[in-house]
Amino acid sequence: MPSWQTATVVDVRRETPSAKTLRLRLPTVSAHVAGQYYVLRLTADDGYTASRDYSVASVPGSDTIDLTVELLPGGEVSGFLHDVVEVGDELEVRGPIGGWFAWDGSAPALGVAGGSGVVPLMSMLRLSRERTTAPFRLLVSARRPADLYYADELTGPEVSVAYTRQTPPGYGRAAGRLVAEDLAGLLTPDQTVYVCGTPPFCDHATDLLQSAGVDASRIRAERFGPS
Amino acid sequence: MAITRGFTGRRKDRDPRLPPGQYDSGRDWPVLNAEPTPRLHTDRWTFTIEGLVAEPATWTWDQIQALPRSRYEGAIHCVTTWSRFDTTFDGVSVDTLLESVELDPDAAYVMATSHTGYTTNLPLEDVTDGKAWVVWDADGAPLTPEHGGPARLLVPHLYFWKSAKWVSGLRIMAEDEQGFWERNGYHDRGDPWLEQRYQGD
Repeated sequence: MPSWQTATVVDVRRETPSAKTLRLRLPTVSAHVAGQYYVLRLTADDGYTASRDYSVASVPGSDTIDLTVELLPGGEVSGFLHDVVEVGDELEVRGPIGGWFAWDGSAPALGVAGGSGVVPLMSMLRLSRERTTAPFRLLVSARRPADLYYADELTGPEVSVAYTRQTPPGYGRAAGRLVAEDLAGLLTPDQTVYVCGTPPFCDHATDLLQSAGVDASRIRAERFGPS
Repeated sequence: MAITRGFTGRRKDRDPRLPPGQYDSGRDWPVLNAEPTPRLHTDRWTFTIEGLVAEPATWTWDQIQALPRSRYEGAIHCVTTWSRFDTTFDGVSVDTLLESVELDPDAAYVMATSHTGYTTNLPLEDVTDGKAWVVWDADGAPLTPEHGGPARLLVPHLYFWKSAKWVSGLRIMAEDEQGFWERNGYHDRGDPWLEQRYQGD
């Protein structure tokens, strides 16, 4: 397990009204595999600490990592990261962590994301675009167009976006939660499927996948809780 | 440890029952598991103690329900930093189950196994002397599948990934072996008061 290191905030970018991406410069190149996360720790002057896990959205092989942070109601850590942190601040991180929800690009994969669950899958999508990998496809569910993270990158034939509450004008799919037809054309027999989102989203998506014939042993789920 | 500019935190609300780095989730009970939630039927459910025992022992659902009941009421602590207080679990003490087998003198560790293939390792002394249960009710209602129903292991003094959902048995071992999350970077013991979250903590 890696030790704590001090990272410097080099960029802060707003993704949606409730999500910001912090770009952190690490002392060394990040050894993460797409899908892994870092622990971020805040320390007050009397030693009180609060730490949370944040998935990496950027590709491996750089000394910067992008952590996208969803602002949670009353969130002690997410609120601080949104309201107080600015470029030049130092933050302690430890990672990468998570050997299970991780894709090294060597075998075909499908990502199924709900809301902020797209963050670790974005690392996989970017990896598949920047390096030579096995095929990666991504299905993203978001409430409304304004809630879609990384919207300008979620284009192209390997990406599908489903909106649950409101769609852009003239969108080819009606608003609604994921259904079996959303998986049509995305599944191949040799894929590992990475599912990430809230617990109800993950349960719904894994039920759909299993109904579509995907064996449970090929599904890896990461449930984002209110942490 | 470096001080974070501008961070004061919310200590004034802090409950002394919270281990370091944990927050009170209130009545929320977040769900975390790495695999699809299985739908297990109690008519085919079994629980087995095997490994370093003179004779393995297996209970059906009806058999384990007929054992003397035991209750835990208190806190549970997840490594993802939430803790939940005043949770009641009903089931059977692991001590009661171990009375049915004769342990090998070398027995020192257990591997808890699940019907999904999930595993997690524990020292034998962390599941004996009233410290661990197999439970099927939470807060007075049957344990739901997402929380590990029909039955899960409960080891509430350790981080909650040790409390294997959909538990299928205990394998008694002489030497420690790593389970699922332990192979993936998490600590072999997982004491929340010592913040044993990851390997090397």
